[in-house]
Amino acid sequence: MTKKIGLIINPIAGMGGRVGLKGTDGEEILKRALILGAKKEAPDKAKKALKYIKENIDGMKILTYPGDMGQKECNDLGIKHEVIGEIYDETTTSEDTEEAAKRMIENNVDLILFAGGDGTARNIFNVIGDRIPVIGIPAGVKIHSAVFATNPLNAGRIVEAFFKNPDIELKESEVMDIDEDEFRKGRVVAKLYGYMKVPYQRVYVQSLKSGGIYSDEISLEGIADYVIENMEKDCFYLIGAGTTTRKILERLKLPSTLLGIDIVKDRKLILNDANEKDILRITEGSRFKIVVSPIGGQGYIFGRGNQQFSPAVINACRKDNIIVISTPSKIASLKSKPLLVDTGDDETDEMLKGYYRVIVGYDEIYVYKCSC
Amino acid sequence: MSNKRLRNFHQARWDEPIIFELSTPGQRGILLPKIDDEIINKVGKAEEIIPEKLKRKELPKLPELSQPQVLRHFLRLSQETLGQDINIDIGLGTCTMKYSPKIHEQFVRNHKFSELHPLQDEETTQGILEIMYKMSEFLKEISGMDAFVFQPGGGAQAVFSNASILKAYYADKGEGDKRTEIITTAFSHPVNAAAPHTKGFKVITLMPDEDTGYPSIDALKAVVSDRTAGLFITNPEDTGIFNVHIKEMVDIVHQAGGLCIGDIADANGLFGIVRAKEMGYDMCHYNLHKAFSSPHGSMGPCCGAQGVKKFLEKYLPVPVVGFDGEKYYFDYDRPDSIGKIRKFYGVIAAVLRAYSWIISLGADGLKEVSELSILNNNYLMKRLLTEVRGISAPYSKEKFRMEQVRYSWGKLKEETGVGTDDVERRCMDYGLQEFYQSHPPYLIPEPFTPEPNETFSKDEIDEYAEIMKKVSEEAYENPKLVKTAPHNGPISLIPKPPITDPEDLIVTWRVYKKKKGIN
Repeated sequence: MTKKIGLIINPIAGMGGRVGLKGTDGEEILKRALILGAKKEAPDKAKKALKYIKENIDGMKILTYPGDMGQKECNDLGIKHEVIGEIYDETTTSEDTEEAAKRMIENNVDLILFAGGDGTARNIFNVIGDRIPVIGIPAGVKIHSAVFATNPLNAGRIVEAFFKNPDIELKESEVMDIDEDEFRKGRVVAKLYGYMKVPYQRVYVQSLKSGGIYSDEISLEGIADYVIENMEKDCFYLIGAGTTTRKILERLKLPSTLLGIDIVKDRKLILNDANEKDILRITEGSRFKIVVSPIGGQGYIFGRGNQQFSPAVINACRKDNIIVISTPSKIASLKSKPLLVDTGDDETDEMLKGYYRVIVGYDEIYVYKCSC
Repeated sequence: MSNKRLRNFHQARWDEPIIFELSTPGQRGILLPKIDDEIINKVGKAEEIIPEKLKRKELPKLPELSQPQVLRHFLRLSQETLGQDINIDIGLGTCTMKYSPKIHEQFVRNHKFSELHPLQDEETTQGILEIMYKMSEFLKEISGMDAFVFQPGGGAQAVFSNASILKAYYADKGEGDKRTEIITTAFSHPVNAAAPHTKGFKVITLMPDEDTGYPSIDALKAVVSDRTAGLFITNPEDTGIFNVHIKEMVDIVHQAGGLCIGDIADANGLFGIVRAKEMGYDMCHYNLHKAFSSPHGSMGPCCGAQGVKKFLEKYLPVPVVGFDGEKYYFDYDRPDSIGKIRKFYGVIAAVLRAYSWIISLGADGLKEVSELSILNNNYLMKRLLTEVRGISAPYSKEKFRMEQVRYSWGKLKEETGVGTDDVERRCMDYGLQEFYQSHPPYLIPEPFTPEPNETFSKDEIDEYAEIMKKVSEEAYENPKLVKTAPHNGPISLIPKPPITDPEDLIVTWRVYKKKKGIN
């Protein structure tokens, strides 16, 4: 059966970058960007990926959106495609992106290839969640999410791998975004919005032919079991956000909050999705430990996607009660760069610096540096 | 752009069947002569003098071929391989694929050696015992350690044997329950984590510093404690970077009451330059099948020479070769020994070859081996980093390396989609065998670890560099050509995923027949 790929280009993505606006979210900012002389860059970036796809993949059907949300780019390259949906204004908005994603799902595409930045990724995530695989062509100002290829050409290569290798692994990857208004004021307030499925090419892990494959899944189970077996009695465990930490709840057969903090004591659930106040109230006067995992490729263990672990919470916990867990491939993706913290409080950040015993498998420890 | 150095290589392709498939019932390589009546009259019929329980009930199911067929079969197969003796074997770094002098093969094939029996009386094996004794004296000089044995059948077993000594040492001190952790580094050979772990130690791995490539002193200080039993470390590490803090690290572990175990499997950059003793090690091992020139023999005849300081000597595996001033002997009477770890003497062919190698080079020659290796390596590094697009050498930028370098084809992959697997296969089209990528964990993306040791000439290193340059150019100009390689080898690219389920493995003819339903 012919595979269908859904193409969504956010043509205005990235326009705020060159003119120093740190993003292009919202109409006002777009207007300012245009006044400052910003030009559309996403269409050209998308075309690089599309050109590769045209030259390397046969027998694939492309569904896309009108105008420069995909139709124009396909026409420019002479790529056969089918246009679905409509746009009502030359200036496209985030609603158009979301509507396009909806149409793609209705038309049963096998994969969505989109060009944009974190904002675009969020829009698509809002609609599709983790229902179908996606891959992003990096074209925005903010690229904090892990759903993007490292460059447009590689996005094309990942599409190729997805279509040619029926057994390709799909990996849940972070959709992150930072608040642009805050960012313009010089504060990074990042949020983890969720996870989308991305075709995963093993770049940083041992290739199969060397034998002794150690999949992320095996590492995850080993890490979770090790943390569980070493849980102390009468001690609260605050399990942070993310897929690595989620495994602990899964192995305990407890419900979990992917993007929130769950509290466990004596292997029983105390509270799902706890906020800072809940944490301070529940743990007051008791022993507790924090379990966190770095964000892939970036290395943040505090201050990105887990602001519930406020300076007050962290200081009450103390550093030696912080358990850092990570798969070896996530550590490798940091390319020896240190783990990071950004709690918003300099003293807390300073206190968190140093070396951590990161649990990377069952009874397997890497010693890894953390900076701020 | 053509380059005169590159060969127009093409390997033989024989499409040769498995030897069992060549079998024709009744064919024979040797027809045994009829036994003379005179002999039968004296000793009886052969089938009558063989005890009943030793007689086969069924004929062995061996392939039936004549001598010339067997010869052709194996010569054809040999033409389809690319071994150490035929290619510029620089690619297999961490293994030190050096020339193994052919005269050593005459020594080990000499009947005086090849017909030794492991249970022969010591009186009649004084020669080999003397060689083993003197070899351990050489290694003591090379390392600064106080005693050696040749029992371990390879590097991994030597590390395991050292871990066993570590365990025994703390058990004796009454600290066995307390000293449960060992520390290693990410770029040390992974057996330094695996062997102590198998022995029951908890393993803590120090990750490399972003700039230097080896762990910082602070990282070590953060985890060293009274639970630390030992530091298992390779230096230079797999990256070819020498950890200049080694003595300080060893001192920190010693101060915490731990011991230090050096993995010197690949000693090729160290002869006459730095010794185990001066780095502060309490135990170490050398692979005689690497730097000491004995061939690897496809993971076969290996020997991990295990050395320790005086206070650990009593724990060495038995037997230790001794000398009482008149004769050499095996000492089995060692109550504190960790015991027997291998049958009989160990792989003494490797000891004999390594002994010959040391005798022929002498102390100055050994130092020259290392100096040449380091020179060759840095020459190759200079050429690759300045002339080959898409390659890099992460960590310790602009600094010299020891005997090898772990490079990355990450940039090439990023820019062309051609990764280290593809480059590796394409190299075969220029007459190179596969190269070594990396031990796990893969911290360096798209890794590649060549080791141009002292036995390669400048011309050969240049040819090797030119091949890398050519393949990189091809990756940028025509990535498909590289991704579908090899084109000039006995087989083409097999795009199937590798077998990972043991159920799918077919490693013998018997299993093949069973799985295919052949009688």
